Amino acid sequence: MDINVAQLFQTINLNVIMPEVILSVLGMALLLVNVFVPSKSKGYLAWLSLIGIIGAGFVAVTGWGTTVSSFNDSVVQDNFAIFFKMIFLLAAGLAVLISDQYMSREDCNHGELYPIILFTTVGMMLMAAATDLMTIFLGLELMSISLYVLAGFNRDSIKSNEAGMKYFLLGAFSTGFLLYGMALIYGVTGTTRIAKIASLVVQVGGAGNTMLLIGMFLMLTGFLFKIAAAPFHMWTPDVYEGAPTPMTAFMSAGPKAAGFATMLRLLLVVFPAMKAEWSDLLWILAVLTMTVGNFTALRQDNIKRMLAYSSIAHAGYCLVGFASGTATGTSGILFYMLSYTFMNIGAFAVIVLIGKKGEPNGTVMDYAGLGHKRPLLALAMTVFMFSLAGMPPTAGFIGKFYLFSGAVEAGYIWLAIIGVLNSAASVYYYLRVIVFMYFKPGEEEFDWFTISAPVALALVVSAAGSLIPGVIPSLLLQFAQQAVKLI
Amino acid sequence: MLGTYLPIMLLILVSLAFGLGSVVFSSLIGQKKFSKVKMAPYECGCEPIGTARERFPIKFYLIAMLFILFDIEAVFLYPWAILYKKLGVFGLVEMGLFVVILFVGYIYVWKKGALEWE
Repeated sequence: MDINVAQLFQTINLNVIMPEVILSVLGMALLLVNVFVPSKSKGYLAWLSLIGIIGAGFVAVTGWGTTVSSFNDSVVQDNFAIFFKMIFLLAAGLAVLISDQYMSREDCNHGELYPIILFTTVGMMLMAAATDLMTIFLGLELMSISLYVLAGFNRDSIKSNEAGMKYFLLGAFSTGFLLYGMALIYGVTGTTRIAKIASLVVQVGGAGNTMLLIGMFLMLTGFLFKIAAAPFHMWTPDVYEGAPTPMTAFMSAGPKAAGFATMLRLLLVVFPAMKAEWSDLLWILAVLTMTVGNFTALRQDNIKRMLAYSSIAHAGYCLVGFASGTATGTSGILFYMLSYTFMNIGAFAVIVLIGKKGEPNGTVMDYAGLGHKRPLLALAMTVFMFSLAGMPPTAGFIGKFYLFSGAVEAGYIWLAIIGVLNSAASVYYYLRVIVFMYFKPGEEEFDWFTISAPVALALVVSAAGSLIPGVIPSLLLQFAQQAVKLI
Repeated sequence: MLGTYLPIMLLILVSLAFGLGSVVFSSLIGQKKFSKVKMAPYECGCEPIGTARERFPIKFYLIAMLFILFDIEAVFLYPWAILYKKLGVFGLVEMGLFVVILFVGYIYVWKKGALEWE
């Protein structure tokens, strides 16, 4: 085999993966800083990570509007990738902000948390930018393995251990599906570059080629697991409940968006010829996911479990946009994932504050009387709950509006109707929190928990992010539309 | 086309027949003398001194895991060494990056005290 070194050099454009490089180097540096600096408090690591995340964000944004491939077409920098990178960086930044207070309180303030968050973010960014099956897999594994550690990060808590173990076992299993699907697709087409596979799909017979069809569905299974769509959602409540709350916030927003990013790129770039097959499947799964998520969430008292089921339901709403496959629907997914990051991490930030040491997983009853004792915090929670429920004038409303109107455009009227009905059902359990906050008397002795500056900052950013796009949707929507235009 | 696989099929059949045959025939026509030593689990010819399912320090796992991590380094270094001349400076830089990243992990593990037994 001849290796042309000059040619190898030419295909490498480090600018394309510069945000990833920055975060990887920072992650490794923080790993060493953590062991060499004998400080009990790990807050400084959070701030350093935040600086790196913001820096990576600025570097990523400079590429907006251009499409550059690198590493022999295995990664690409386009609007689509950059939009999703912003979501991941935002999720990581907010998670880093709310981590320190929680981890200090729960006595598991190990400095490794921040490097692992950074590595997870690198994995997610690689997934969104990957244009090669192997790179997708690399990003996915980097993300997943880091997430298993994050889920089980509180070593002294049995629930956290259980979460880590469950997530690891089921996640490894789903990765197997994904890899098997990739192997079959490689077997049919003889290449792992998705652009080449896309050009070969019709040539090898499209949906008539059973191996290709099975390969596509196996790959979808792997991603549906990551986004917690029914019937692959079983792990979600246990893992979300057991994991440390800031990490639950992170893994409910970031990896879900990463799964959607890769699924979008695969289905819209590689398999548009087989749309009839996958859009029918996603139709059914969207209905199933929404319904299972919402109706199970109705019966939850534990607020983390409730939000876990709600996150399943939200994956269902996004699948509605997916099934439609129209530009409105897909840009709706991007818009929704971004606003979901704000509102969901915001809600988890409030949970971080309300939780007590040793029993960080509160119930809805813990929120009784919050409206009188901490009016501003209750107001923020109200914004997040309204946004999750999809009420105007919040980002959640606009997001759902675009997802469902995409379905209507594509002729899936019934899907949109089921979505709206589901959304109406979900209002019950979101409003329940608000009712407890404002209309139920709280306990006499109220723990005056402190709100540390980083958490306050995260709350302000999340509240702004859940409200402003709801009032001025074009602010974000134009970017979402530009992002999906390229694929 | 399947014809090319015929020899493999035959090999599987012959080896199956031989394996099963030896077990079945020796149990049918062989002599049977049982003794305590004969019934004991085989342990390299030594007499077993107790059950194998004992608790042992978790440090073994840690060492085993670290061994695998750094063993992989050798796996990557070998093919690079073979293609060293062709890859030239490019390969050297890439391999240097790889080793530096591993070295970060090594320092971390060292400072964390994972390499100390007591």
